[in-house]
Amino acid sequence: MKTGEGELDILAIVHNASTRSIDPTRRPIARGEGELSEEDVFARNPQLEKLLRTEFQALVVGYVRDGAHRFYLPPRPARLHAFVYLCEPEEIQEFSRSLDFLSILTTSRIASGDELVSACLRLASEAQPDKEAFLVTAGKELSLLLGREPQRLNAILRRLRT
Amino acid sequence: MSEEILNAYEQGKRLGIVVEGSLSQGVEVKLDPEISVEDMAVGRYVTIDGKNRRFFGILTDVSLGAIDRSLSITPPDVSDPFIAKVVSGTSVYGKLHVLPMLAVAGILGIDEKPQPAKTVPPHFSTVRTASDEDIALIFGREDEHHFYVGNPLDMETKVCLNLAELVKRSNGVFGKSGTGKTFLTRILLVGMLQKNAATNLIFDMHNEYGWEGTKEGGGKVKGLKQHFSSQVAVFTLDEESSRRRGVSTDFVVEIGYDEIEPEDIEILRDTLKLTERAAQAAYRFRRRLGGSWLEKFVNEESRDEINALAKEWDEHEATIANLHRGLEGLMRLPFFKPKAREDSVRRILEYLDRGLNVVLEFGRYGDNIAAYVLVANLLSRRIHQRYRERTERSLGEGAQKPHPLVITIEEAHKFLNPAVASQTIFGTIAREMRKYNVTLLIIDQRPSGIDEEVMSQLGTKITCLLENEKDIDAVLAGVSGRSELRSVLAKLEPQQQALIFGHAVPMPVVIRTREYGSAESYRELGRGEKRGVTKDKDLWE
Repeated sequence: MKTGEGELDILAIVHNASTRSIDPTRRPIARGEGELSEEDVFARNPQLEKLLRTEFQALVVGYVRDGAHRFYLPPRPARLHAFVYLCEPEEIQEFSRSLDFLSILTTSRIASGDELVSACLRLASEAQPDKEAFLVTAGKELSLLLGREPQRLNAILRRLRT
Repeated sequence: MSEEILNAYEQGKRLGIVVEGSLSQGVEVKLDPEISVEDMAVGRYVTIDGKNRRFFGILTDVSLGAIDRSLSITPPDVSDPFIAKVVSGTSVYGKLHVLPMLAVAGILGIDEKPQPAKTVPPHFSTVRTASDEDIALIFGREDEHHFYVGNPLDMETKVCLNLAELVKRSNGVFGKSGTGKTFLTRILLVGMLQKNAATNLIFDMHNEYGWEGTKEGGGKVKGLKQHFSSQVAVFTLDEESSRRRGVSTDFVVEIGYDEIEPEDIEILRDTLKLTERAAQAAYRFRRRLGGSWLEKFVNEESRDEINALAKEWDEHEATIANLHRGLEGLMRLPFFKPKAREDSVRRILEYLDRGLNVVLEFGRYGDNIAAYVLVANLLSRRIHQRYRERTERSLGEGAQKPHPLVITIEEAHKFLNPAVASQTIFGTIAREMRKYNVTLLIIDQRPSGIDEEVMSQLGTKITCLLENEKDIDAVLAGVSGRSELRSVLAKLEPQQQALIFGHAVPMPVVIRTREYGSAESYRELGRGEKRGVTKDKDLWE
C-alpha cells in the first residue's frame, strides 16, 4: 500500500490486520444461530457494521519522491488522516525491481515476519512478467541475507513455491 | 584504453571474481552462480583483469564452498528445482584455485611481452577463461622458430614451442608406459626438422622414428624419413630386421671390441650384475693389454681358460668369472666385432656434419638394455668429444659454431641414474648444457630413477600422465607452484595429453597433442623440407 499525495509517497507492506469491537471493553459475541449464510447475519444485525472496526498495520519499506524509488525509511512519517491506497500491479512491479526491501523485512521484529517475506514475494511475483525468474532472483537475495540461518531460509523458500 | 581496442580484443567468458590468495599459494576465485563447477577442469587457462595489469594463470584446483557450515548439516531441499536454483551460487558456490603465472602491464597487454607474475591481482578482480588471443600472446604464433605441438584443453588455439630455445638445453619427455611419449617425441623431432632447429641423433630403441612407427591400437604411422627423405639417414645395428621391415638403411653399424672402453662397461654394472671389483678389473686389463684386451678376454671360453687368465693377470678367479659372464652374452651380439669394418662414429659425424639427421635403429636388439646403453654411450661419447673439439676450435678461430645437435635416448634412467650419471657421457652433456651445442632429449617412464642433478638441469620437461608419487616428485622438483602442478599432472588423461613446463614455454601448459597420423597432419608436418646445413668450414679434421 501507499500513502501520500504525490510529493512524497510512503510505501509500506501490510503485515497485520484485525477486526474488533470499537469499544475495547466489549467483546463481540457469537451471532447467527439459525441463519443460512454469513450475509444473513449482517443483514439481520445492521448495527454490526458500525460496532466493528478493522485495523491493519503496515511496515514502511521505502518511499517515492519525484518518481524515484528509495528503499529505506522516509524522512518523515505518514501524516495523520492521510489517505491510504492499495498499490497497482504496475507500482508493485516498479517497486520490486530492486529487492533491497527484503533486508528491512528480514530484520524487522514483527510477528511471523518470515510469513510476511514469502507472502510479499508471492504477491510481487504476480506482478512480474517472468514470475519464476523473479522468485529465483529473490530467493538468491534471501539466501545471501539469511546465509547463516539455513533453517529459516529453507522455510521461506518452501513457501515461495506457488 | 579506447573502446575500439577493447571491442577488437576478444575476451574470454567471465567465470567469477578473486576473493583471496597469495602469490606463493595462488588465488581463490569464487565462481559466478551461472558457471557450473562441472564445466571446469584443472589445467585450463584463465586470465585475471587487475587494475593495471592482466594476469595469466593456470587452474589448479576446483572446490566447493558454502556460506555457512551448518548448510552441510542441514542441506537445503535441492530435489526441488526452484530451491536448487536459488541456493546454487549463493549459499553454496564453486571455487577455483588459480596460480597466477604471468602478467602484462596494461589490461590488454598488446604491446608488451608477458613477464612472470610478481604480485597477485587485487580483491574482486574479474576472472575469465583465456581467449584464443590470450594464448597466442603467451605462446606465440607458428613461425620459423615456433612449432605447433598441440592445443590447450578445450580450446582450438595452437600452443607453440619455441624450438630454437628448446634445443639450447637438454629436455625430457616423461610419462608412464603407453601414455604417448613416443608419439610426442616423434612430433617434437618432426618439429626440429621442419624448423631446422637442430640436427638429431636418435638412438631408436624400438624402431619407431626412422621409417615408420606403430600406433597405439595397431596401424602404422610415418617416421621421420618419410617426411624428410633428403634430411634423414637411417642407420641400423640389425640389418636383417630392417630389411624384413622393408626399411632401406643408409649404413649398417658395427662396433669393434677395441672401441669399447672400461667406462662403458662400468655403467653397465647394474644391468650386467657386475661386482665393483669386476668393473674395476676392466680398467686394469685395459691398462695392461691396451685396446685388444676385450677381444682376448671374451674369446676365452672354458672355465679352465678363465682361471688361467685370472692367474696370468693376477686377478681373483670369481672377479674374472663375474666379468666374463657379464660380457660374454653381450659381446655375442652380431654387431659387436673384433674389428669393425668401418668407423661408425666417423660415418655418423659425416652425416651430422652435412646437416643430416641420423636415426640409429636397434632392430631386434632394442630389448637388450645392456646393448642399448653400451652402444648409445659409446657413440655419444665420441661424437660429443668431436663436437667439443669442434666448438672449441670454432671459438679459437672465431668461426661459426656447429649446428646444435640433439641426442635422443630412451630408457634414460639406465644412463642417468645416480650411480652412473657422473660416469656416462649423458650425465656430462646434461650438466654442461649448451656449451658445446650438444643437448639431450631424454625419454623415460621412471623419472625418479634419474639423477636429481640431471633432472634439475633439464630445460623443458614434457610429461604425460605419471601416477607414481616418486616420479611426479622427481619431475616437478624445483618448479615453482609444484603442489599445484601436481594435481594437474595427476589428472592428465592417459593419452594424448601432456603438461609442458620449463625453458621453452613462458608458463606451464597442458596440451592435447596435435594430431599425427592422418593425411592432412602429414601434409602440415612435412612442410618445410629443406636443404642440408651449408658446410661453412671443415672443422672436423
